[in-house]
Amino acid sequence: MEQSIIRIEGIKKSFGPVEVLKGVDFDLRTGEVHALMGENGAGKSTLIKVLTGIHPRNSGEIYIRGESKTYTNPKQAEKDGIAVIHQELNIIPTLTVAQNMFLGKELKYGRTGILRSKEMKQKTIEYLDKLGVYIDPDQEAGELSVGKQQMIEIARAIATDAEVLIMDEPTAALTDKEIEALFKVIDSLKKQGVGIVYISHRMEEIFKICDRITVLRDGEYVETRDASTTDLNEIVKMMVGRDLGEQFPHRVRSEGEVLLQVKDISAPGYFENISFDVARGEILGVAGLMGAGRTEIMESLFGARKFKGGEVRLDGNPLKIKHPADAINKGIGLITEDRKGKGLVLNQTIRENMALTNLPHVSQNKIIQKKREQELVDRLMKRLNVKATGPEQTVGSLSGGNQQKVVIGKWLGIQPKLLILDEPTRGVDIGSKKEIYHIMNELTSFGVAIIMISSELPEVLGMSDRILVIHEGKVGALLNRDEADQEKIMHAATGGE
Amino acid sequence: MKHKSLGEWMQTLGSMIGLLLIIIILSVMSDNFLSLGNILNVLRQVSINALIAFGMTFVILTGGIDLSVGSVLALAGALTAGMLASGMDPVLAVLIGLIAGALMGAFNGLIITKGKVAPFIATLATMTIFRGLTLVYTDGRPVTGLSDSFFFEMIGKGYLFGIPFPVILMGAAFIILVFILRKTTFGRKVYAIGGNESASILSGIKSDRVKIWVYSLTGMLSALAGIILTSRLNSAQPNAGFTYELDAIAAVVLGGTSLSGGRGWLVGTLVGALIIGVLNNGLNLLNVSSFYQQVVKGGVILLAVLLDRKKSA
Ligand SMILES: Nc1ncnc2c1ncn2[C@@H]1O[C@H](COP(=O)(O)OP(=O)(O)OP(=O)(O)O)[C@@H](O)[C@H]1O
Ligand SMILES: [Mg+2]
Repeated sequence: MEQSIIRIEGIKKSFGPVEVLKGVDFDLRTGEVHALMGENGAGKSTLIKVLTGIHPRNSGEIYIRGESKTYTNPKQAEKDGIAVIHQELNIIPTLTVAQNMFLGKELKYGRTGILRSKEMKQKTIEYLDKLGVYIDPDQEAGELSVGKQQMIEIARAIATDAEVLIMDEPTAALTDKEIEALFKVIDSLKKQGVGIVYISHRMEEIFKICDRITVLRDGEYVETRDASTTDLNEIVKMMVGRDLGEQFPHRVRSEGEVLLQVKDISAPGYFENISFDVARGEILGVAGLMGAGRTEIMESLFGARKFKGGEVRLDGNPLKIKHPADAINKGIGLITEDRKGKGLVLNQTIRENMALTNLPHVSQNKIIQKKREQELVDRLMKRLNVKATGPEQTVGSLSGGNQQKVVIGKWLGIQPKLLILDEPTRGVDIGSKKEIYHIMNELTSFGVAIIMISSELPEVLGMSDRILVIHEGKVGALLNRDEADQEKIMHAATGGE
Repeated sequence: MKHKSLGEWMQTLGSMIGLLLIIIILSVMSDNFLSLGNILNVLRQVSINALIAFGMTFVILTGGIDLSVGSVLALAGALTAGMLASGMDPVLAVLIGLIAGALMGAFNGLIITKGKVAPFIATLATMTIFRGLTLVYTDGRPVTGLSDSFFFEMIGKGYLFGIPFPVILMGAAFIILVFILRKTTFGRKVYAIGGNESASILSGIKSDRVKIWVYSLTGMLSALAGIILTSRLNSAQPNAGFTYELDAIAAVVLGGTSLSGGRGWLVGTLVGALIIGVLNNGLNLLNVSSFYQQVVKGGVILLAVLLDRKKSA
């Protein structure tokens, strides 16, 4: 019988009057991967934060190796061998990759305070290499894609040689290749006896790597199961309290005329000679590896980046976009992959964030009409099933998945002609994913054209009418849905390796 | 707005209590302090700093800073005085003075947005430039011999219903600006840019344009302060407004507005300006030497901000 490194009993936690954890039990054994599952806002991240001393608990007990503990700050947990990869990235954008990697644990010459920079850079490369990626250790972390930033966080946690590794949605921003490498690392850590807590909304991962599964619902402890004695449907039922049925809703292809034509656009260092088109009512899936340039292409079309040459047409007319405001005026929306950095004003409320893209709609003569704003926000919150205390909750205090829903809500309001979604279901729970798919289908049935960047191949295959595969900044393939499968996409995405 | 304004009241609570305490202490120590005459006097003194600080609040909300306000005050005041001395119609002269201030602010905004210079550096430079231009224009001497028109005298020295006219200007500006900040899309954009500029741009907000407007507004309010001062003194002093940026920033910070942008409000700034004004006045009434006055003023600012931090932590 394995020994429990962590045992949590009856944890309760409230924020103000709202009880978020209502008596949660959990335990972690050495050498196991233990999944923590639940819908957005179920309390998973909060449980981790209570465990590691970021939030104080209201009641309950925490035992580490049988010893009762109450951490008052995360440093103490770290000292006890508990490393955490938090859901929200903690990268300092102005520091380099290597500086981020060794933040707070810099290597020095004795006690002099003089840094061993060369060695740290070397180690950075080594740690990242274990995960199968190369990132220049001198690059500023803020310039990196969210996926690469995530890799730095993972490498940093693994480098601590912790006995317990807690990963809160580590793969949300990663593509299959990196996930593959991460799983290999997890496997070898497991063999060394490290206990791993794993939080993810990607169901297929759970059954691939987890030994046990604990489910939370609305802050309540539901059950803990051996992965081998249960299946996906049962877990989902425990999470949401009912059957969900097919993951991807039935999609009727309803293509109209071509809406957007992109011809030969380039941005040196990011992408080259990109051409494609999207029709009204169509969903164009965009697949590719991390850093392939997918996000950059879409940000360029949206006016958030510069590109050179080529031509872009909307409804047959040349499209001149200098600023995202022009794109929005033309009915183009972009749901960014980087919700914290580019998607949300974290210190503002749900209402203010959702209204931001819709200011012309909620105002008259530039004066905000409270009622209109309230109506819009209520409608969007209901449609997306945002779990919050109300429209006045600060976005920064929402659960990750609910933050994502607010970002999506911002853009549904503008009633776009063309909606570009960059990893739209990142961090979103399975039920809400389905809601988002439904909304996408509904939009296309009204003739909206959709471009969906996604690193989840099942999602790309399940939702797209055509699939554009980007490989190192170039079009690798353009596949019809009926001819596409995972192998063909991966083949094109890796350039035929 | 319910939750949020409650939070804002809390942010400013420390300053409000502080203001009240200072008023109580001063009224005990000096019989004159609470007389109607003195209260109106304080308000009139406060109005100049408050007008500048209102503009500064907008700037700081966007995450910027404007060090050039004192120099804009001086240059706009001198220009207006010059035009008046040359016999120009006073209404026209004042209008041109205000526009000149707005243009100086717009220049700040252009350098900051299009030139991508940090606001601190950009306005540090223009602070020196505008002061230099004032000295060039006035030849380093006060501009006198202004018009004795009723209109121009009214601005700095007049009363309406027994209230000093500058105080009425301050009140009107306050109401208009609060409205802009709370009720208009422009105000929303100001907060959003300070909260997260990238997200605002991706939401279709032309942040450059908003910022240029914000600096222009501050320039115009500084010019208004300069014109009031010129009218009061019946002359424009080349070194007018020297270090006024510090009092303005202090008022904003005392009011609970975050220097990193995105959070704050004008009610707080008004309270902050009142604290500074009341202190100045009270210490004068108590015959505290002007050297000690500075020490006390600085100490109070530090204390208020420290108390606020404690509370919000
Ligand atoms: N600092 C906070 N202040 C107020 N409420 C909070 C705070 N942090 C979290 N909450 C609330 O607690 C609930 C649980 O949030 P938590 O982040 O633990 O969810 P989660 O299970 O991790 O969800 P997700 O899958 O979306 O990441 C949410 O309803 C959230 O709004
Ligand atoms: Mg979470």
